[in-house]
Amino acid sequence: MMLQLKPSSGAHVGANTSVSHIMWQVMLALMPATVFGLWCFGWPAINLFVITVLSAVFFEAWCLRLAGRIAKPILLDGSAALTGWLVAMTLPPWAPWWIGVVGSGLAIILGKQVYGGLGQNLFNPAMLARVALLISFPIEMTTWANVSPLFFSHSPGLAESWHITFSGLYTIDASTGATTLGYIKTEFSQNRLLTDILKDYSGFLNFIGWSRGSLGETSTLLLGLGGLWLIRQGIIQWQIPVSLLLTVTLLAGFFHSLDSEHYASPWLHLNSGALMCVAFFIATDYVTSPNTPTGQLVFGAGCGLLIFVIRSWGAYPEGAGFAVLLMNSATPLIDYYIHPRIYGRDRKGKPLEIPKA
Amino acid sequence: MLSFFSKPRIQGGVHAEQHKATTAALAIANNFPIPKKLYIPLQQHVGKPAEPVIKVGEKVLKGQLLAYSQGLISAPVHAPSSGIILDVNDYPAPHPSALPIRMIVLETDDKDQWLTTQIADDPFRLNPEEITLRVGAAGIVGLGGATFPTAVKLNMGRENHIDTLIINGAECEPYLSCDDRLMQERAAMIIDGVRLMLHGMSGEHAVVAIEDNKPQAFVAMQTAAAPFPQLKVMQIPTRYPMGWDRQLIRYVTGREVPVGCRSSEIGVTIHNVGTAYAVHKAIRLGQPLLSRVITVAGGAVLRPMNVEVPFGTLISELFDFCEADLGKTARIIMGGPMMGDSLPHSGLPTVKATSGILALTQNELKNSDEQACIRCASCISVCPAGLRPLDMANNIRINQLDAAVDLGLKDCISCGCCSYICPSNIPLVQYFKYASGEVAARQQAQHKSEQTKRLIDARNARMERIAQLQREEEQIRLAAKAERERLKAEQEALA
Repeated sequence: MMLQLKPSSGAHVGANTSVSHIMWQVMLALMPATVFGLWCFGWPAINLFVITVLSAVFFEAWCLRLAGRIAKPILLDGSAALTGWLVAMTLPPWAPWWIGVVGSGLAIILGKQVYGGLGQNLFNPAMLARVALLISFPIEMTTWANVSPLFFSHSPGLAESWHITFSGLYTIDASTGATTLGYIKTEFSQNRLLTDILKDYSGFLNFIGWSRGSLGETSTLLLGLGGLWLIRQGIIQWQIPVSLLLTVTLLAGFFHSLDSEHYASPWLHLNSGALMCVAFFIATDYVTSPNTPTGQLVFGAGCGLLIFVIRSWGAYPEGAGFAVLLMNSATPLIDYYIHPRIYGRDRKGKPLEIPKA
Repeated sequence: MLSFFSKPRIQGGVHAEQHKATTAALAIANNFPIPKKLYIPLQQHVGKPAEPVIKVGEKVLKGQLLAYSQGLISAPVHAPSSGIILDVNDYPAPHPSALPIRMIVLETDDKDQWLTTQIADDPFRLNPEEITLRVGAAGIVGLGGATFPTAVKLNMGRENHIDTLIINGAECEPYLSCDDRLMQERAAMIIDGVRLMLHGMSGEHAVVAIEDNKPQAFVAMQTAAAPFPQLKVMQIPTRYPMGWDRQLIRYVTGREVPVGCRSSEIGVTIHNVGTAYAVHKAIRLGQPLLSRVITVAGGAVLRPMNVEVPFGTLISELFDFCEADLGKTARIIMGGPMMGDSLPHSGLPTVKATSGILALTQNELKNSDEQACIRCASCISVCPAGLRPLDMANNIRINQLDAAVDLGLKDCISCGCCSYICPSNIPLVQYFKYASGEVAARQQAQHKSEQTKRLIDARNARMERIAQLQREEEQIRLAAKAERERLKAEQEALA
């Protein structure tokens, strides 16, 4: 007897890609910067990282269960783990455990699942969590541990790290300080000038990541390499990182050349705060960024502009989270106005005119 | 002169895995045994179905007309071999639905006896109209898969001034290599067909465009075309869907066909290499279109090959010949794996549109576990038509079909690039085909209800008019009666 097969539409064959493949590639690209960050900030950072990622996966599973969906295949796509990972990257490395849990909860529940889960959210979950935490818990979110790598004599050991993570720091002043951007902002309020403020600043150490900052955001070098690899792999496109970094560089260069005592150099901007992480891993989030290359250029430039504006004239030393959220809200608008031209039609969708031979 | 490379633009497209090597290396098999029974559909082309001219029980010769073309856009059907007509009835169509359509069943007599025909000595001395007539009478349709009657297209070409005839040798679908082999083995005949087509539509130049993954076909065609200055053979990049007519027109001529226009309106027309070969056979040898080269391939086929097969051959017989393992077959596809139709079973006949028959195993098929859209926009970047598949699909999912139409649903060519690339395995083309059908059905329903309303209104108006007329007649009658009575009373009074 002839076999009966269910008819289906083309394409019958497919490219060898999947959602989980994409998520794992991104995690692989994050690996160097993350491992470096974990090493730099030692056991408390490792505790925080593990707690944050695990709680993200837990919240995802819990939400899926509430929604009556089968959790396992969706958890395996890796998107929840990646969100948790990105949240952990943006936290102060020695933050207490509950910052990680609350951050993941905000990201997964309020940032993603309330909209309907993967692909439905308007805002980048990790940035939403970061901004919400920063506003709600300003002390915990701005306590920056000194670089104290694993197995160094003055670094916290395993037992001490448990104490830091679960009971909080007891010698805050001895082991913490300000980030470069935060330091500049406070010193400006004392009417000091940049040459004076940046006496001890080393561009090189900041470039490789040997500086105070968020858990995985300090190393411009490793984040940049991971991002370039993602572009090479075709996972992300070049438009957003290039337009974002270029906008910040040009704006910083322009103002720095006008007044080098009040505006930091482009090099300092590029090696500070969340800029690299945002440019390659946050702003390029598929779900919350525009769909077309031109739209992505606009989006990236918008993020860069807002980052520079907030850093230079805002109340916060770093504006990457706010910038990304604001541009996220503009994404539907960008996609509405900027879209590809349909073959045989003009930009407005009217058929082309027949050329007169 | 032609404006090559003035604006060579390719939009979208994918690099699909080729799977062509096995069949492209083998010569076309022409030892396919004539099947005992041929199931010949009366509609193997775009337009009206052909109308049978034979009776059940009649003996026919190879090449004899079985059904004549009906109407302006149609094509006749001929007997692929000699034998006896067994039946003219409805049989399952080679279509995903396998719904019955009208077919002629021919029992072959194994003699393969030709009908004698007359051939023109020098077809270039025939006038172009005569060429078109003969092409039409030979039942030739576009063999690239569109199956538009070739004669109609040649006529349109003659009416509009055509400066470039493009011969499509792209063959961009994976697995298929029938055009490749045809060009390698029968280049001179294809080139002759191209010249005849140019003559038939009074065209000036022809360009044969071949994807650069077929170097041997390119060399063969270039050698065959060398003596003719009006012909040019060019290589084009290998990128699906390079063979989409409008993409190819833009690449070769730099011109873009406006939506709602035929390419002939901008001075270009496009035909497949297989069609050119069929034109050669029709004009030079007087043979109507009776068979074609079909690629039989796929992971479940043990002896994949290109084979010349008479129309009406059941796919099951083709599978027997090429040793397809039905146990391993997860999907039977007619055409290529990107745009081809999946068939429910193998008891269906091959037709003029059949460029390939694939028996694919589960491993070769795209994973069908649909996941959430992550808005990666791959579908937008690969769409050759410049559409936004993800937005269209989102609107269709919530039944906002009008919004999908506004986004360009009707400009979708179902090329399958979006479905191919989607990491979430969303069957985008399935959404678009469903929506297109649904939009058409709704428009039809609306048209019908409007028609009904108009008829009811017309009937009411008519009844009202009749009633009015009756009232008027009644008044006239009453007035006449009153007048008669008045006269009568006057007469009586006088008397």
